[in-house]
Amino acid sequence: MNKKVSEAIAFGIFRVLSFLLVGVLALILLFIIVRGVEAISWDFLTKMPSDGMTSGGILPAIVGTLCLMFGSIVFAFPIGVLSGIYLNEYLKESKLKRFLRLMTNNLAGIPSIVFGLFGMALFVNKLNFGDSILAGSLTLGLMVLPVIIRTTEEALKMVPNSLRVASYALGATRLQTVFRIVLPIGMPNVLTGLILSMGRVSGETAPILFTVAAYFLPKLPTSIFDQTMALPYHLYVLVTSGTNIEASRPMAYGTALVLVIMVLIFNLSANLLRRKFSKKVKLK
Amino acid sequence: MAKKVEVSNLNLRYGDFHALKNINLSIEERSVTALIGPSGCGKSTFIRCLNRMNDLVDHVTIDGSVLLEGEDIYRKGIDIDNLRYRVGMVFQKPNPFPKSIFENVAYGLRVNGVKDKSFIENKVRESLVKTALWDEVKDDLKKSAIDLSGGQQQRLCIARSLAVEPTMLLMDEPTSALDPISTAKIEDLIFELKKQYTIVIVTHNMQQAARVSDVTAFFYIGELIETDTTSKIFTNPKQEKTQNYITGRFG
Repeated sequence: MNKKVSEAIAFGIFRVLSFLLVGVLALILLFIIVRGVEAISWDFLTKMPSDGMTSGGILPAIVGTLCLMFGSIVFAFPIGVLSGIYLNEYLKESKLKRFLRLMTNNLAGIPSIVFGLFGMALFVNKLNFGDSILAGSLTLGLMVLPVIIRTTEEALKMVPNSLRVASYALGATRLQTVFRIVLPIGMPNVLTGLILSMGRVSGETAPILFTVAAYFLPKLPTSIFDQTMALPYHLYVLVTSGTNIEASRPMAYGTALVLVIMVLIFNLSANLLRRKFSKKVKLK
Repeated sequence: MAKKVEVSNLNLRYGDFHALKNINLSIEERSVTALIGPSGCGKSTFIRCLNRMNDLVDHVTIDGSVLLEGEDIYRKGIDIDNLRYRVGMVFQKPNPFPKSIFENVAYGLRVNGVKDKSFIENKVRESLVKTALWDEVKDDLKKSAIDLSGGQQQRLCIARSLAVEPTMLLMDEPTSALDPISTAKIEDLIFELKKQYTIVIVTHNMQQAARVSDVTAFFYIGELIETDTTSKIFTNPKQEKTQNYITGRFG
């Protein structure tokens, strides 16, 4: 076959496939927006659920999910970033390093329901936190830890070694080099890991099932030891085990829409933050 | 003249590879020593022994002694960060930090605990003046160093090293990535700086060695073949290998 023709065909296929991807995303969004928009109202966002979850709002689920996102990131982000720094900046290529990497990857591969079970055994029962925001946040945090570790490691790997060397040559210690040169330059990509994790935390149902999520709890949490409703679990309940599934269908789509929009807003603002960072430390 | 550096019986191995073989060399205070030799001869490895940059490389073993102002920098318990603070280094490719021009020059002071704002400002200014960069950048000290030209970046890197007042300056092929005009500026600079600093420069460019240095050392496959004043090396070398190299018969 003519070289030009095969070139055109190949890239034609690539193009179609990549547009297909966008198309699928657009379809999902459109589907949720069309079905969910009629449920959205001020009351829906600010009221407690009522009438067996067939009317009223989803405020406690929104607040609960926000708490879980915040709690798990507060726990996982520092630990993940510091572990990533340790792996990339301190540990030389060795058996220990390969072992840690392997374990990190394995941790990432564990199904989320297993994290849920583990969280229940450790945080809820053993440590006696009970079904609580604390237990749920820690469980979700454990789940996203490997993502944060790996993206941090990759982000720091992309920082040119010549800059580390320049820093050492001026008498800087390794710690100073990490915190003044390497981490600020890697930060935009570290934040990508954070964005990915937040999206996952907000959407996962399995890890919160046995650790925090309440079926129906029409009040806002007041401490980290409270149980709370959460958007993904609420959605699951409305679709599968509500008191009147037909009647709560619009509520379910409304909940899905709110969840998607929340994730979009987070991604967007994290992207802005990321852009601000990259402007400050751009490399040629 | 006083001896700044006294290297005796220095051996360096990368794993099994014997990269520096029994090097003996002394470097005079306030002089420019050029290290020349074909690629892979060990001259860059050697210069990195003088501020212990080779410590950053895995599987390196070093024996012998390097005295800097009489102090063995390979003795146990020496403060390596402090050594690197005292011995500045400029690299082959300009490597400014992705920070402002000001912060690049101030970095060495800041990491060594200097807090006094006006002291830092003065040092930054002084260093940029010394490297003839001040007039070009004095109005954009807040601009990112990455936006400077390659030659300006390299002079900034020199200014960055000077700001911490090193006692010696190591330059590893500092002009190999620069155009002839920038190169000439750096060479003028070396000429100025040697009034105050001891400079060791690795270069592939024989004219450069002849132009800027007082003493030239010729390295070949890990050995120091010959050291002498630059004029003797280039007019009347004792060793045949040196003769062959500088006349371009190999290298």
